[in-house]
Amino acid sequence: MANLVAESEFLLSVLSEPQSQGMLLGMNVVVCVKQIPDPADPGALDPQTNTLKRDGKLILDESDSYGVEMALQLVDTAGGGEVTLVSMAPNGEVSGLRTALAMGAAKAVLVSDEALAGSGALSTSKVLAKAILRAGEADLILTATESSDGYTGVVPEQIAELLQLPSITFAKEITIEGNTLKVQRQTEAGYDEVESPLPAVVSVTAGVVEPRYPSFKGIMAAKSKPVDQVTLADLEIDPSSVGWAGGGQEIVLVAQAESRAGGTIIEDDGEGFQKIVDLLAELKVI
Amino acid sequence: MTVSKIWVLAEATDGKVATTTLEILAKARQLADTVEVVTAAGAEIAAEVGAHGATKVFTVGGTDGKLLGAPIAGAMAAAIESGNAPDVILMATSYTGRDVAGRLSVKIDAPVITNVVDLVESDGRLAGVVPIFGGVTDVSTKFTTDNVDIFLIRPKSFAAEESGGAAASVEELTVPDLGATGAAVVTSRFVEEKTGPSLDEAAVVVSGGRGLGEKENYQLVEDLAKLLQAAPGASRAIVDAGWVPYSYQVGQTGKVVKPSLYIAAGISGATQHLVGMKGSKNIIAINKDAEAPIFAVSDLGIVGDVHKVLPKLIEALQARS
Ligand SMILES: Cc1cc2nc3c(=O)[nH]c(=O)nc-3n(C[C@H](O)[C@H](O)[C@H](O)COP(=O)(O)OP(=O)(O)OC[C@H]3O[C@@H](n4cnc5c(N)ncnc54)[C@H](O)[C@@H]3O)c2cc1C
Ligand SMILES: Cc1cc2nc3c(=O)[nH]c(=O)nc-3n(C[C@H](O)[C@H](O)[C@H](O)COP(=O)(O)OP(=O)(O)OC[C@H]3O[C@@H](n4cnc5c(N)ncnc54)[C@H](O)[C@@H]3O)c2cc1C
Repeated sequence: MANLVAESEFLLSVLSEPQSQGMLLGMNVVVCVKQIPDPADPGALDPQTNTLKRDGKLILDESDSYGVEMALQLVDTAGGGEVTLVSMAPNGEVSGLRTALAMGAAKAVLVSDEALAGSGALSTSKVLAKAILRAGEADLILTATESSDGYTGVVPEQIAELLQLPSITFAKEITIEGNTLKVQRQTEAGYDEVESPLPAVVSVTAGVVEPRYPSFKGIMAAKSKPVDQVTLADLEIDPSSVGWAGGGQEIVLVAQAESRAGGTIIEDDGEGFQKIVDLLAELKVI
Repeated sequence: MTVSKIWVLAEATDGKVATTTLEILAKARQLADTVEVVTAAGAEIAAEVGAHGATKVFTVGGTDGKLLGAPIAGAMAAAIESGNAPDVILMATSYTGRDVAGRLSVKIDAPVITNVVDLVESDGRLAGVVPIFGGVTDVSTKFTTDNVDIFLIRPKSFAAEESGGAAASVEELTVPDLGATGAAVVTSRFVEEKTGPSLDEAAVVVSGGRGLGEKENYQLVEDLAKLLQAAPGASRAIVDAGWVPYSYQVGQTGKVVKPSLYIAAGISGATQHLVGMKGSKNIIAINKDAEAPIFAVSDLGIVGDVHKVLPKLIEALQARS
C-alpha cells in the first residue's frame, strides 16, 4: 500500500502540469480502448481456465467508440493537441486500435504480454495506468463507463486512484473552460453538472455522441500510424502482480442458471390482443 | 455464520435509505454476526438501517457537493488500516457503489467481484454468483487474498425485509486528505420530469423497443402503461436514439426490474436487455419475428405487428374501464 502511493506520487509528476489560466492551447487526450471478441459471436468459456475465450479476431468495443469520438471533438475545439489510444490485449492484437486510429486518433500504446492472461479489473487498471503515463502528457483521460464483455465498471475509478487524479464517471457531455473540466453526469433521475480541475479521468456513457465512420482516407492513414507495442518489462510491472498470479480470485462453480419454462407463443390472427386481455384478467392486473 | 463482520455501503436520498441498500442489508445479516453500514448520508439514517439489521453507522462527513467515490473510499481505507477491518464489504452496482469500490480496491490493493446476484458460502468464505451470457450460466467466484472481500451487488438480487432491530449506534469516520482525487464537485442537479409509478417499484412495466418504428409510436407504450397503472420502460436502442430519456432504460446498463408483469413491445430480447427484466414474474412479448429471443423467456408471446396489436389492446382495455 505504501508502495502504491509512493509510486503514484512519482507517476503524478509525469502527468501534465496544469496550464496557466485560460491559456489552454490545444489539449492531449488519452482514450482507453478495449479490443473484444465480436459480441455478435456467441460467447464461450475456456473449459480449462473458465475465462472468456478470446481466440477469434478482436474488434473495437463499441462502448469505446463514444470516448474516441468525444476526444476527437475536444481536441478539435481546443484547436490543437492529439488523441492517443491505450489498450491492453492478448497476442499484439491491433485490429480494434486500427479502427480508432482510422477515426482520427494519432497514435497508440498497446500492452501485450502472456503474463497478463487471466487478469482481473485491478490488474488491468495497474497496467493501463502505466501505459497512460507512457503515452505522454495528458490533460484528460477517457474510458467507457463499462466494457461490453467484462462490464465490471470499476476500471475508470481504479485508474484515477492509481494516478491520484480526480474523476467523473457517466459523462453525457464534456466541455473544457480554461483548466476546468465541466461534465454533465448522468444520474438515476436526470443529470448533475460536475466540475473538476484538469488533468482528470472521465468515463463516457454509451450513445451520447455519434461516432464518426472512418473515411477511406482515414483507414489508409491508420495503417501507418505508430503503435507502441510494449510488454510488462517495458512498463516495469512485476508479472507476479497481474494476470492469474495477481488475480486473487478463484472460480468455485460454473453452473447452468435456472431457465424459465417455455410459455405459449401464438401467431397474431387479428385477435392476439384478446389473449393478452385474458392473461391480464387472470393475473388480476385488470 | 459464515463471516463475522460485514460492512454495507448505505446510500440514501433526502434521508431515505435506498431500496438497494435495504436489500443488501437483508442478505448481509443472514451471512454475518455483525453488520455495520458506512454512509455519507449522516446519522439520520441510523433508525432505518437499524430496523434492517445494522448495529452501527459509520458516517463520512464533509462530503457536501463532492462526488462520493474518493471521500468514502478514503475514509474506509483509513479505518481498515487502523485495524477496524470487516471481513467483507458489500456495495450496490450503483453510480456511487462503483466509484467507491474502484477507489477502495486500489487503496487497499484488493480486487473486486462485480455484478453479483447472490452470495453463497464456500469453505468459510463468501463466493459471489455472477450470471454471464445474459444469464444462461452462473459463475461463482471467491477471493483467495488475505484482504477484505469487496463485492458489488446488482439491484433486486435480494428482498428487503425489516429485522426489527433498534437504531444503530453512530460513529464518525475521518476522511484523510484526498489531494486532487477529491476535487470533483457537483455544481447543480437536474431532475427529469416523470409521472406515474417508478420503474423500480411498479407492479407492471410496459417497455417499448426499436420495433415501434418511430419516436411518435412510443405513445402507444405510454397509453398502455397508463391504462395498467404501469411504468413505461425502454430498450437501450430507443434510449440511444433519443426517443426517451435514459431513466427509462431497462437492462444491464439501465434499471433492473422485477415486476409481477413485464410487457415487451417490439423488443428483440438481447442478453443485455434480458438481464434487466428476466426476473419478472410474468412476461408478455409482442414481436413480429417468431425467432426473437424475447419469446424464450415469455409466458405469452404474440407473433405480430405492434402497430396492429397495441392499438387493439388499448381499445379493448379502454372499453372495459
Ligand atoms: C463475464 C466476465 C466477468 C468478469 N468479472 C470480473 C470481476 O468480477 N472482477 C474482476 O476483477 N474482473 C472480472 N472480469 C475480468 C475483467 O473484465 C477484465 O479484467 C478486464 O480486462 C477489465 O475489466 P472490464 O472490462 O470489466 O472493465 P470496465 O471497468 O467495465 O471497463 C471500463 C472501461 O475501461 C477501459 N478498459 C477496460 N479494459 C481495458 C483494456 N484491456 N484495454 C483498454 N481499455 C480498457 C475501457 O474504456 C472500458 O470500457 C470479468 C470478465 C468477464 C468476461
Ligand atoms: C455493453 C452493452 C450494454 C447494453 N445495455 C443494454 C441495456 O441496459 N438495455 C438494453 O435494452 N439494451 C442494452 N444493450 C443493447 C442490446 O444489445 C440491444 O442492442 C438492444 O437491447 C436492442 O434494442 P431493441 O430490442 O429495441 O432493438 P432491436 O434489437 O433492433 O429489436 C427490435 C425488435 O423489434 C421487432 N420488430 C420490428 N418491427 C416490428 C413490428 N412492427 N412489430 C413487432 N415487432 C417488430 C424486431 O423483430 C426486433 O426483434 C447493451 C449493449 C451493450 C454492448
